[in-house]
Amino acid sequence: MIVVELIKMLRRPRTWLIIGMLIALPTLVAVLLAITDLGPRPGTGPPFLSAVLSDGTLFPLAALGVVLPLLLPIAVAVLGGDAIAGESQIGTLRYLLVRPVGRTHLLLAKLVTVVAFVLLAVLVVAAVSYLEGRLLLGQAPATGTVSVSGSTLTQQELAWRTVLALGYVIISMLGVAAIALFFSTLTRSSIGAALGTVGILIASTVLLGLDAANVLHPFLPTRHWLAFVDLFRDPILWRDVTRGLIVQLGYLIVFTLAAWANFSTKDIDD
Amino acid sequence: MTSSAMTNGHVIQTRALTKRYGDVRAVDGVNLEVRTGDVYGFLGANGSGKTTTVRMLLGLVLPTSGEAEVLGRPMPTARSSVLPRIGSLVEGPAAYPHLSGSANLALLDATGSDRRPRLERRNRIAISLEQVGLDPADRRPVRAYSQGMRQRLGLAAALMRRPTLLILDEPSNGLDPQGIHEIRALLLQLNSQGTTIFLSSHLLAEIEQMCTHVGVLRSGKLILQEHLDTLLQPTGLATVRTPDVAHCTSLLGGYVVSVDGDRLLVRAEDPARLNAYLVAEGVRVDEIGPHRRTLEQVVLEAEARA
Repeated sequence: MIVVELIKMLRRPRTWLIIGMLIALPTLVAVLLAITDLGPRPGTGPPFLSAVLSDGTLFPLAALGVVLPLLLPIAVAVLGGDAIAGESQIGTLRYLLVRPVGRTHLLLAKLVTVVAFVLLAVLVVAAVSYLEGRLLLGQAPATGTVSVSGSTLTQQELAWRTVLALGYVIISMLGVAAIALFFSTLTRSSIGAALGTVGILIASTVLLGLDAANVLHPFLPTRHWLAFVDLFRDPILWRDVTRGLIVQLGYLIVFTLAAWANFSTKDIDD
Repeated sequence: MTSSAMTNGHVIQTRALTKRYGDVRAVDGVNLEVRTGDVYGFLGANGSGKTTTVRMLLGLVLPTSGEAEVLGRPMPTARSSVLPRIGSLVEGPAAYPHLSGSANLALLDATGSDRRPRLERRNRIAISLEQVGLDPADRRPVRAYSQGMRQRLGLAAALMRRPTLLILDEPSNGLDPQGIHEIRALLLQLNSQGTTIFLSSHLLAEIEQMCTHVGVLRSGKLILQEHLDTLLQPTGLATVRTPDVAHCTSLLGGYVVSVDGDRLLVRAEDPARLNAYLVAEGVRVDEIGPHRRTLEQVVLEAEARA
């Protein structure tokens, strides 16, 4: 079942359209940086973006920093929101269930597929932006890349920290995926489910900017998203990364269970 | 098949099956009985609860109360063992619009856990498509299909795994008369090979032409369930068509039940004897025969009683 869902995802033109959009934005940024040589002042703008002018090997991270706050979560919301609601909308859900495919099984296959999409999208964005960084932007200093803390990282260190960062970005999307999947079991409208998910993310972002909501901050799904920057400090600052991990796992478990509770006894009467 | 299905031969049996949505009883205490080899016509107006009943039989909708046994096992509890042996069409076909018909069937086939070798699967997809009159080599996406072609594709999906029971909701929807004829012939052929068919429809003619048994649903209640031959058996009346209406009525007197133009309805167990009598008395007879009700009349009478 999981294999079938993966094939379905890969054969949908929409999947590749979304990945194309995810690549387009960092590409535009790379081209603009290369032409103007104008980076944001250090400490402002998306992470790593000022560093990439002198060191193109950091561009995959800058690219993820560009797509992570908005584009990637929206893509996950769209795919996750479509997972059950989309099948319901075109009527294929009832034929899957009488095939029969177990409802829990179907839900898990959908969740795995959304996570697989995130993996694919993150890898494609990282690979493309790596090439762009090498071709369009500055070469790494011979001594090695400079970490966020100012010390120097060897090529090897940079490589495995980049892998860690990619992994962290993927985990950051688990919460969104589970929320979208839950909404997807509530409605027949995949757009509705996606918008509901985006609404939650917007609410989370608004609350993050509000001091009065301080007490809520540690639990908000978007709070620790950019903590992957901490992986490039020397030594690595694990605190926010670990918290981000726990928060995402929390959302994953709670919303997957909610989706399961709703879907497993739901009357399929569309 | 389990022992209970073997002993009473029931393919579908429900007891007081009920589905309530709020205060509305969409399906209300329905006792269905479908036996092996039947072509069962499930009649009812749109909104009478047919589709909800079908969905309960398939485990898509959970009953509020009552029981349903399909292929001798309780539904929805036993769906993982029952559903692989059922082919179904529920409220219209559905397919992924960007894929071809055969790609759609292949995907659906691959989702189940009862997977067969690749070659066998490919073969049965091609065979099912040919059976319903679609070209297995057609690479066009379903988006480009006409409504009739989609309906045929839905039927192919139902037939694909050679089910012992077909549950088909409005199978002739969207088909042209030629298509309806082809599909009817196909279903009757499958039935003669042992497939039990449960057919829900709002078209009386379709049921009358195909089915051996009829169940009529009205506002969620099963108001009639009977062998079609029993329903349409002679009524003890004879129809007589004659140009000599006046002569005829004066001869038969109180035996005449009704007169409609040149057509008389007469109480008579033996139309042949009646014919001999009339002719001997000099009444010219255009047409005479045992009176049978149409399914439409039967259904209307049942609805009037209910």
